[in-house]
Amino acid sequence: MSKGLSSQNSESVSICLCGQAGQGIQTVEHLLTRIFKLAGFNVLATKEYMSRIRGGMNSTSIRISSGPVRAAAGTIDILVPLNKGALQHVERNISSRTIILADKEMIGEDIDQTKRKFVDVPFTGTAAEIGDKIYSNVVAVGTMAGLFGVELSMAGKYVEKFFSKKSKDIVQKNLAALKKGFEFAAELIKSSKTNFKITADSGVEDQVLLNGAEAVALGAIAGGCNFIASYPMSPSTGVLAFLAKHAKTFDIIAEQAEDEIAAINMGLGAWYAGARAMVTTSGGGFALMTEGVSLAGILESPMVIHLAQRPGPATGLPTRTEQGDLELVIYAGHGEFPRIIFAPGTIEDAFSLTQRAFNLADKYQVPVFILTDQYFIDSYYNTAAPDLSKLKIEKHITRTKKDYQRYELTKNGVSPRGIPGFGNGLVAVDSDEHDTEGHITEDLDLRIRMVDKRLKKGDLLKKDNVPPELTGPKNYKNLIVCWGSTQNITEEALRMLGRDDAALLHFKQVYPLPEETSEYLQKADKTIIVENNATSQFAKLIRLQTGIEIDKKILKYNGLSFFVEELAEKLKKALS
Amino acid sequence: MDAKIFDMNDIDIAWCPGCGNFPILKTLKKVLAEMQIKPTDIVLVSGIGQAAKIPHYIKANLFNGLHGRALPAATAIKAANPALTVIAESGDGDMYGEGGNHFIHTIRRNPNITNIVHNNMVYGLTKGQASPTSRKGFVTPVQVSGVFLEPFNPLAVAIALDASFVARAFAGDTEQTAEILKKAIEHKGYALVDIFQPCVTFNRLNTVKWFKEQTYYLEGHDPSDRQKAFEKATETEKLPLGVFYKSPQKPSFEENVGIYEEKKGPLYERDLDKKKLINLFDTFKMQL
Repeated sequence: MSKGLSSQNSESVSICLCGQAGQGIQTVEHLLTRIFKLAGFNVLATKEYMSRIRGGMNSTSIRISSGPVRAAAGTIDILVPLNKGALQHVERNISSRTIILADKEMIGEDIDQTKRKFVDVPFTGTAAEIGDKIYSNVVAVGTMAGLFGVELSMAGKYVEKFFSKKSKDIVQKNLAALKKGFEFAAELIKSSKTNFKITADSGVEDQVLLNGAEAVALGAIAGGCNFIASYPMSPSTGVLAFLAKHAKTFDIIAEQAEDEIAAINMGLGAWYAGARAMVTTSGGGFALMTEGVSLAGILESPMVIHLAQRPGPATGLPTRTEQGDLELVIYAGHGEFPRIIFAPGTIEDAFSLTQRAFNLADKYQVPVFILTDQYFIDSYYNTAAPDLSKLKIEKHITRTKKDYQRYELTKNGVSPRGIPGFGNGLVAVDSDEHDTEGHITEDLDLRIRMVDKRLKKGDLLKKDNVPPELTGPKNYKNLIVCWGSTQNITEEALRMLGRDDAALLHFKQVYPLPEETSEYLQKADKTIIVENNATSQFAKLIRLQTGIEIDKKILKYNGLSFFVEELAEKLKKALS
Repeated sequence: MDAKIFDMNDIDIAWCPGCGNFPILKTLKKVLAEMQIKPTDIVLVSGIGQAAKIPHYIKANLFNGLHGRALPAATAIKAANPALTVIAESGDGDMYGEGGNHFIHTIRRNPNITNIVHNNMVYGLTKGQASPTSRKGFVTPVQVSGVFLEPFNPLAVAIALDASFVARAFAGDTEQTAEILKKAIEHKGYALVDIFQPCVTFNRLNTVKWFKEQTYYLEGHDPSDRQKAFEKATETEKLPLGVFYKSPQKPSFEENVGIYEEKKGPLYERDLDKKKLINLFDTFKMQL
């Protein structure tokens, strides 16, 4: 990694916390991000973790900045290793500039072996003096908050709120730990070992701090979701847990199914009876759902499927990230039928596209996918809360008459959708090829009409799509293409390069491919694609649909997301 | 109510002449009429197979889904609109083979639905292979030396899982079958009715005569006695018919999901409370 290419300046700092699962990194991350936001800083947090409950090595990266910050950085300005082995774990991201705040008691001889700049801060000893080693995390929080000039009283208030369910004694000890941390920070600043200046941004206060899973789940609620059945699978489970947590408030049935097959069949049953259902899963679980996707195709049932990708094949790297399931989702399910695939690149889009997915699924009676990944699901930053005043839940169900026919042949292929018990008609849906009433048929002429009817809806989808988003100069010579979670990273990387001849085209709807795609690509002298997979699946789709071959491919598939500096470096090379 | 209300006009029934499915179809229509349940309030859910075609021959709402997957769909339909009478009906291969996992977990989930299984101990539609309930020694084009797997015992499994209602009937006896079906549909909670049904084409072993000789009705049996019910379910010499087991009253899945306590209406009548969503967003501002 080139030292010349750093995304960081005094206005933006990258902090890394590294330790074992179960050691309280989550607590440190939670407290720090909230306290920084309260202080008016823009915050971004990303994490990587091993597939185990305790132990293993996990790290959380927090970026704080005076301006908006939305992408993972590779370099570390401040590192807090919380145990032995932590330094090694993040070695590749440590630079000569990295300041290591370490407690010799926590990380042992690691600290002597490193040739890096480090400051010995006795987190553990201090915590023990207060009453228990457990408080060392809050000492670290205090130290970090203090380094950036956060007010102790405000940080204290948040710590009090966070521990409000604990005993008075525990709250007091945490506050004492926090104060100690602030004192260490003051010493560090005084001895000029650190000097960071982040300016508060007044816009931050009213913004929301959301991760990808929360944004998808909130989008589902805003889409009128009232039924979710799923089987737990990293990294998709957060959406199920979120909806389960708020089920009573929003009249949602949230059920953990016995397997993914049950989950999607429950979802389809729920839509049939008038609910608005979704499932959330990852690649392996989705593989089990594919017959259900096909069922949605022939039933002409709405369905919303959130798929948080992780590296495969099979179990792959369960807690890591990849964009490897695009082709799986495009082609999932036997037979021919239309579908929509969204791939949000921002928290705002995860919300609005999931919300939209419910309306479109209902309107066109097709499966709609939200394709995210572990990096996206577990990353969060502050952003403006969506304007809900115009929010509309479009219900496309009809009160049936006595002669109702579920699969009435209409001009555009969409038949009015009745549900059982609403009206005087009967609603028959069938996985077999069926007649207009929904009963089994082997009338081969009717078969053709039914296939054409279903495919006609695909033509409607092509017209009702979310266009790609162009960032940068309109008269570009070089066009960088990406989709889904790589948006913010690619955008910042490109900004770092400061090229006035290169623009970014991000696809948040990847299927059906928006019609303007060709036009955008043809305008460029050179096209470059950025994908978090090994075979450049989106470039293949573009070639298939437009005949255009992308010139250069920047691919990453080691299980981690791109990092801004790393991608900037690769883009620079590809652009030259 | 006249059972004719459930008759379909001009249909081409896909079953073989003399199939045990016919009396089940007739009995079910009769029971639904006697119970005065309107066709618009009934949803018949099925999977794939000859038995699974039954919803197409009854005038009611129907969801004919995937092989083995009737139960998850039926559970969700009932949960989304508890006012509907939901019957999940398929064959032994569908419910106990392909859908075995759902069979187990639907019993645990206890939705207020009726699960009717046409049990003919053979795969008919795929032309005569063994089913999960085929007897040992049954020779088929695939099990060429005869079945050597233990037959699946749906009743014993259901009782072991403390299913809320477990019964067995014989398609050849429409009167008793009607009584059992009525009890099952009336029952609040998951109700299993396994119906012995002869396959006249592919099962020359378990014929009408065989079922008549091999079965007897439970008499003086207390369905609340789980031990006795299990004992009866595991009898192999002669196979008992009737209501084997009724668990102590327990809440149904719909009652447990927690959204029908204050409001009773189905999900499609409900709307998002936007104010609550705004309030939820506010909590993510992480303010003090």
